Amino acid sequence: MELTRSQKEIQKAAQEFAKGEFDKEVTVELEQSRSYPAELLQKAAELGFVGLQFAEEYGGGGLGLVDACLVAEALCRKDSTMGSAVVLAAFGAECLHRFGDKKMKEQYLEQVTAGKMLAGIALGESDRGDDFTVLDTTATRSDNEWIINGKKRYVTNGGAAGFYLVLCRTEAKHAENSGVALILVEPDRPGITVADLGDKLALNSVALADITFADVRVPLTNLVGKEGQGLAQARAFLDEVKILAAARAVGIAAGAFDRALAYVKQREQFERKLAQFQITRHKIADMATKIELARLITYRAAADFDKGKADPTLSAMAKMTAARMAVEVADEAIQLFGGYGYMTEQEVERYYRDAKTIELCLGTRESQKDRIADLVIGKLK
Amino acid sequence: MNIITYSAEQQEFRKRLRDFLEREVSPYVDQWEREHLVPKSVWQKMGRGGFLCPSISTEYGGIGGDFRYAVIVAEEMSRTCCTGLAASLHSDVVVPYLDSFGTPEQKRKYLPGCVNGDIISAVAMTEPDAGSDVAGMKTTAVEQGDEIVINGSKTFISNGVNCDLLIIAARDPGIASKHHAVSLYLVEAGTPGFNKGRQLEKMGWHSQDTAELFFSDCRIPKQNRLGENGSGFMMLMQKLQQERLTCVLGAVPAAELVVEWTVERCRTAVQNGKPLIKSQAVQFALVEMLTEVKLGRTYMEKLVMDHIEGQTIVVETSMAKYWTTEMVNRVADRALELVGEYGTLEDCPIVRAKRDVRVMSIFAGTNEIMKGIAAKFMGM
Ligand SMILES: Cc1cc2nc3c(=O)[nH]c(=O)nc-3n(C[C@H](O)[C@H](O)[C@H](O)COP(=O)(O)OP(=O)(O)OC[C@H]3O[C@@H](n4cnc5c(N)ncnc54)[C@H](O)[C@@H]3O)c2cc1C
Ligand SMILES: Cc1cc2nc3c(=O)[nH]c(=O)nc-3n(C[C@H](O)[C@H](O)[C@H](O)COP(=O)(O)OP(=O)(O)OC[C@H]3O[C@@H](n4cnc5c(N)ncnc54)[C@H](O)[C@@H]3O)c2cc1C
Repeated sequence: MELTRSQKEIQKAAQEFAKGEFDKEVTVELEQSRSYPAELLQKAAELGFVGLQFAEEYGGGGLGLVDACLVAEALCRKDSTMGSAVVLAAFGAECLHRFGDKKMKEQYLEQVTAGKMLAGIALGESDRGDDFTVLDTTATRSDNEWIINGKKRYVTNGGAAGFYLVLCRTEAKHAENSGVALILVEPDRPGITVADLGDKLALNSVALADITFADVRVPLTNLVGKEGQGLAQARAFLDEVKILAAARAVGIAAGAFDRALAYVKQREQFERKLAQFQITRHKIADMATKIELARLITYRAAADFDKGKADPTLSAMAKMTAARMAVEVADEAIQLFGGYGYMTEQEVERYYRDAKTIELCLGTRESQKDRIADLVIGKLK
Repeated sequence: MNIITYSAEQQEFRKRLRDFLEREVSPYVDQWEREHLVPKSVWQKMGRGGFLCPSISTEYGGIGGDFRYAVIVAEEMSRTCCTGLAASLHSDVVVPYLDSFGTPEQKRKYLPGCVNGDIISAVAMTEPDAGSDVAGMKTTAVEQGDEIVINGSKTFISNGVNCDLLIIAARDPGIASKHHAVSLYLVEAGTPGFNKGRQLEKMGWHSQDTAELFFSDCRIPKQNRLGENGSGFMMLMQKLQQERLTCVLGAVPAAELVVEWTVERCRTAVQNGKPLIKSQAVQFALVEMLTEVKLGRTYMEKLVMDHIEGQTIVVETSMAKYWTTEMVNRVADRALELVGEYGTLEDCPIVRAKRDVRVMSIFAGTNEIMKGIAAKFMGM
């Protein structure tokens, strides 16, 4: 797979932006104070790094997922945490872009791509996992309004987002793929309670919260896409963002690798560079190989998506493989740094934590395997 | 069959210790993690309770117990998840240097304090440019009349902020041979020229005061040399077997705790209407983790008994240090996945466990160094 000239330029621009704007001390401060890097997002948006795959009429780049992945990788490579925070600013907007109507997109997407608003999407519920076929959150119709009740968990940007796309049951009993809808809920509607989930393993600068909806009323026109299509839309969204998550993982791994590589070429013990020990050399070889493998599957999935041949199997494979690879590579980077690897200052421990978070969100290895197996094995007679 | 068997007295010791930790330590661990330090008073309480340095003879206030007491303390400390109160490091790694190589005067002066908790100890080998390669240390100790003058810096020193007594390795620049130039010295906190640097921010062990230490013309009396001049390396090497075994005592109980907690979580957490533990994939993963933990436990207990018998088990302890510390990391990493999204919250105990156990394959000799030693001692 060869990148086009424009893709190479975007990649380079993202690398330069990250180099100029990311500062590990600021990152650590933001993480400790749990503050979102709002200024950084603004700057990234001004350069067009938010919503690259969105249509230009909504302030997007009019480009593809491959471009978005290139930017995600480049940003996370330079700083796993800030890179993730910038990419996650639009988490949920991907869904609005694909299924929302023109009015909604004008109202919200323009602000997201301008870096002035964070997106939010609330799919999961407690004890339900990521198959969403059973939902407790309901949306009932009353005159010209939806009345929403229920509790959603683990909402990225929860409490900070400018809108939430909420997955609701609209019919009492629903068979697979019917009776479920995505409804846009503005955060200032009465009846919304946000419960922040507190300190996290990683990504403390990005909010994560449970959100409760108690008789929250929104106009019927807040329906996103079609009633009855909510589940399919949610899955299509997940299939898309899993590829972006994989790209983040590739970037995180590459960033941990860059640091470890530079370190082993410079650090001496026993009067030799670490890079002269065969074990170190083989570790470097393993890490480089793993990154390349994960990168290949990730961009293959993104390229197919851009060609209109989105493949949910490949999405799940890419997310699972890239996240696992990133965890392993970052972990090895810690080891290669020795005691320094355990220190905040050297960053790689934060890269590890950020990688691990990717492995734990959007469905764990078991969930991905379930999905892949469903698709590969198919229905049994 | 249990490999290690405990006397009634030892079982009673365990019970008292557990009560003590539940009362005086566990309730405060979160606070100490936030403060990045444990108060010295808790060391004193632990010492007064008779739980520090149980191997020290009664002559100096200890109980002269065998290494089983170290196992008990390590196991019970693991349950508190308190890394700051590094009792095993103090009792089983640092103080034994003084106990084995100290003169009667040195022992009389310091051991009772080490036992009753008035003296918190630390050992400083690592330097910014000399970690795995201990012999590459640059800190110098030069005799001048009745004094020894120390210059240089050490880093990553556990108990670095709290320590009252430091055992430091330094080289005599007059001696060319790397290995014969190193001696150990006792430096008291507060000695002019001994400065405790900043506390290092790290992935885990937040309540542990890992620090940098600086020495500029730090003068100590000549009597504070520990052991023979130039025998520093020999002493370090002699004590490493127990140090590595102490790491194993940290790793295995930590892994047991993680698995115990994960099994419980998988029993209660429901996914799509059924308890996680009813999923075949989860069951298999748990069985694999439990198998690893049990293998670790068996090897650990065997090595403890060999060590008590006085056997030389350098190869085995190196293998066990590397394997058990990797095992606990593997188990914690896998456990986080079984726990799923909850594994991204600090509220989940496995998150802290994972951040804490990561260091185990690095300190006290990295796992690469462990494998190298095992290879070397087996004549490869
Ligand atoms: C929390 C913490 C507490 C600590 N407490 C203490 C303490 O109380 N006292 C003390 O003295 N020290 C302490 N240490 C230091 C610890 O023992 C060292 O970090 C460790 O020995 C590794 O040294 P280093 O960090 O310099 O890594 P390096 O030696 O630079 O190693 C870097 C990497 O290179 C590898 N490597 C090195 N040599 C070889 C080789 N020959 N072949 C293959 N690979 C090799 C290592 O395995 C590692 O992966 C502590 C460290 C930490 C993180
Ligand atoms: C940091 C973070 C941010 C998130 N942000 C959002 C957001 O913005 N919006 C949103 O709607 N959701 C969000 N989520 C929730 C995320 O979508 C959930 O992780 C997902 O919906 C549920 O995934 P899961 O099924 O793996 O359940 P998990 O809770 O991740 O899985 C629990 C356990 O069940 C196991 N498991 C699951 N299915 C099976 C099976 N069939 N067989 C065996 N074992 C199984 C898993 O491996 C794991 O061990 C976020 C989660 C995290 C961690």
